[in-house]
Amino acid sequence: MAEIVIKNVRKEFGDFVAVKESSFTIEDGEFFMLLGPSGCGKTTTLRMIAGLELPSAGEIYLDGEEISQKPPSERDIAFVFQMFALYPHMNVRKNMSYPLISQGMPRAQVKAKVAEVAAILGIEDILNRPVGGLSGGDRQRVALGRAIVREPKAFMMDEPLGALDAEFREHMAEELRALHDRMGATTVYVTHDQLEAMQMGDKIVVMNNAVVEQFGTPQEVYDKPATMFVADFIGSPSMNFLNFQAKLASGMQSIDLNGQTVTVPQLREGAEGALAFGVRPEHVRLTTDGGQRAKVMATEYLGTTQIVTLETPNGDLKARIPSDQPAKAGEQVGLDFIGETVTLFDTNSGRALRSELNEEVLSNG
Amino acid sequence: MAEVTLTGVSKSFKSTKAVKDMDLTVPDGAFVVLLGPTGAGKTTTLRLIAGLEKPDAGGIEIGGESVTGLTPAQRDVAMVFQQYSLYPHMSVYDNLAFPLRSPILRTPEAEIDRKVKEVAEVLHIPHKLGNKSTELSGGEMQRVSIGRALVRDPSIYLMDEPLSSLDAKLRADLRVELKRIHAELSATLLYVTHDQIEAMTMASHVGVLNEGELVQFGAPREIYENPKTAYVAARLGQPRINLLPAGLLGETAPSGAHHVGLRPENIGYGDGRDAAVVRVEHLGDQTRLHLKVADHDVVTLTDPHTSLTPGETVQIKPLSPIFFDADGARIN
Repeated sequence: MAEIVIKNVRKEFGDFVAVKESSFTIEDGEFFMLLGPSGCGKTTTLRMIAGLELPSAGEIYLDGEEISQKPPSERDIAFVFQMFALYPHMNVRKNMSYPLISQGMPRAQVKAKVAEVAAILGIEDILNRPVGGLSGGDRQRVALGRAIVREPKAFMMDEPLGALDAEFREHMAEELRALHDRMGATTVYVTHDQLEAMQMGDKIVVMNNAVVEQFGTPQEVYDKPATMFVADFIGSPSMNFLNFQAKLASGMQSIDLNGQTVTVPQLREGAEGALAFGVRPEHVRLTTDGGQRAKVMATEYLGTTQIVTLETPNGDLKARIPSDQPAKAGEQVGLDFIGETVTLFDTNSGRALRSELNEEVLSNG
Repeated sequence: MAEVTLTGVSKSFKSTKAVKDMDLTVPDGAFVVLLGPTGAGKTTTLRLIAGLEKPDAGGIEIGGESVTGLTPAQRDVAMVFQQYSLYPHMSVYDNLAFPLRSPILRTPEAEIDRKVKEVAEVLHIPHKLGNKSTELSGGEMQRVSIGRALVRDPSIYLMDEPLSSLDAKLRADLRVELKRIHAELSATLLYVTHDQIEAMTMASHVGVLNEGELVQFGAPREIYENPKTAYVAARLGQPRINLLPAGLLGETAPSGAHHVGLRPENIGYGDGRDAAVVRVEHLGDQTRLHLKVADHDVVTLTDPHTSLTPGETVQIKPLSPIFFDADGARIN
């Protein structure tokens, strides 16, 4: 059980800055996701928490104790890698017992502990099997078991499902999350898959170019993105950006888009120049009259909903609408937006403008 | 372009029956997607049509003529593979022109030029024609490799998971693009994938495969709304359909019904059977509720901003249940 605090942590490899001053807190018992594209610094951050890399600057606290310069063995953290390395010449029981035996735990206690963890993972029936003949899922479970038996303060996982095929991955993701719910151990999990992050995480840190872009619960990050990067990276299809030029003042509750008045959450700051109107696909409505004009470019059937790609004077846009609502390629339609969900961005800085919708989230940093 | 017909086609590799007695018609001008998990026989079916494999039994016709005994070159098909293989020392233009410069086709150079430019236009890469193929992004490379099939005018285009090695964003863009290309060229296309989103969004017809057999064939909407078996029902839709013991939620089940299939969106709230909330999954545009009803897992959708938390109890009822017998066949 552990709380982990990251404070102004920075990591350089020679001239290359892998992580710029980053701060966030992982609370006790949280399933915490480090999310971002490859090269964003998420794995380096995880390795610094585990002690596999030492930060160039900043502090890391594990339960109040500063550990950033301690070797991994003194941190009491278990690491689960993408490629699960098991000892091929040992059976499942021996693989799981090994970390305990090397700690000098008495045999009887080891046996009891392994049995307990095997029950949690549902692998009691394969304990005496050699690891060679196991399926991918069972190998993954054994690797987890080997990490769990030690009862570490926290688990670090670096894309543990990355090597699995899509269907099985979904299944293991559910299993991992259920396991976490049973054990309640603090877990830090690295992934580049936004759906996986949304699905499994209690909190998400979104990283890009060595910088923490945003930190919050999945719903917060989705509804109130702090930057255009976050808005684009999270959600499928991602948030739409309609570009427009304007001078806006704090307190405004609507903007002018192609001569039409469009409501937005009340602004808490002004802005001028190149701006973007950010709206999620499910917050776009197709109408027959009025609103913004658009041309239907394509429709994609998804069962109960469909994704409609539209061409507007301010750029392309995707809408998610019920699949029984007619939309045909080539047609001209009107658009309506659910105003209270809209985020406006400054396109030059990529930053969200503060508004009634997001001010609480943005003031948290 | 032409209709392609498979009649009673079977193919085994040693003891594994990859394709079992398959009857399949790809209508002229259709965009047919074969959907199934790894090992369902999708790729083997494609390779049988291409002539890269010989069937053990059955016949294959393209445009009404039997091609079962013909070589791949004689069959007039164009294939796109999962891994794009471009000639790295050639420009994009030369890569696209290469299939037309084959000695068998003897295409005049002016005709090649016209065709390459036309295809580059369709693929939105005319400004890249002078580039070396190694100077392209992954998505552009895959477009060029699709383009190499499009410059020809074959009876059918065969595509084997051409988008699976691309990242999610690019895949979404190319899905829309492939559909547009299909419409513009009015081509006949047979496309193989394990990705249900690709099947639903692009296909005019979906064929669902299971262990070498074609289980159902029809329009995406037909397959989604009217699955013939529990297996087909589970292949389309995210989150997956709930397959529960018939009558669990108090619905009246027809005789012989073993399982009831309930899509997450077909579960109503407010009255009915008690269900314990196990987990609330906020995915942004939708929130999934993981429920337990008498030891059975049930997944439903709810308002994105629901205030429900694990441990609470909700009442659920089935809205449009569908029923399956003990073998998984649909009962109407």
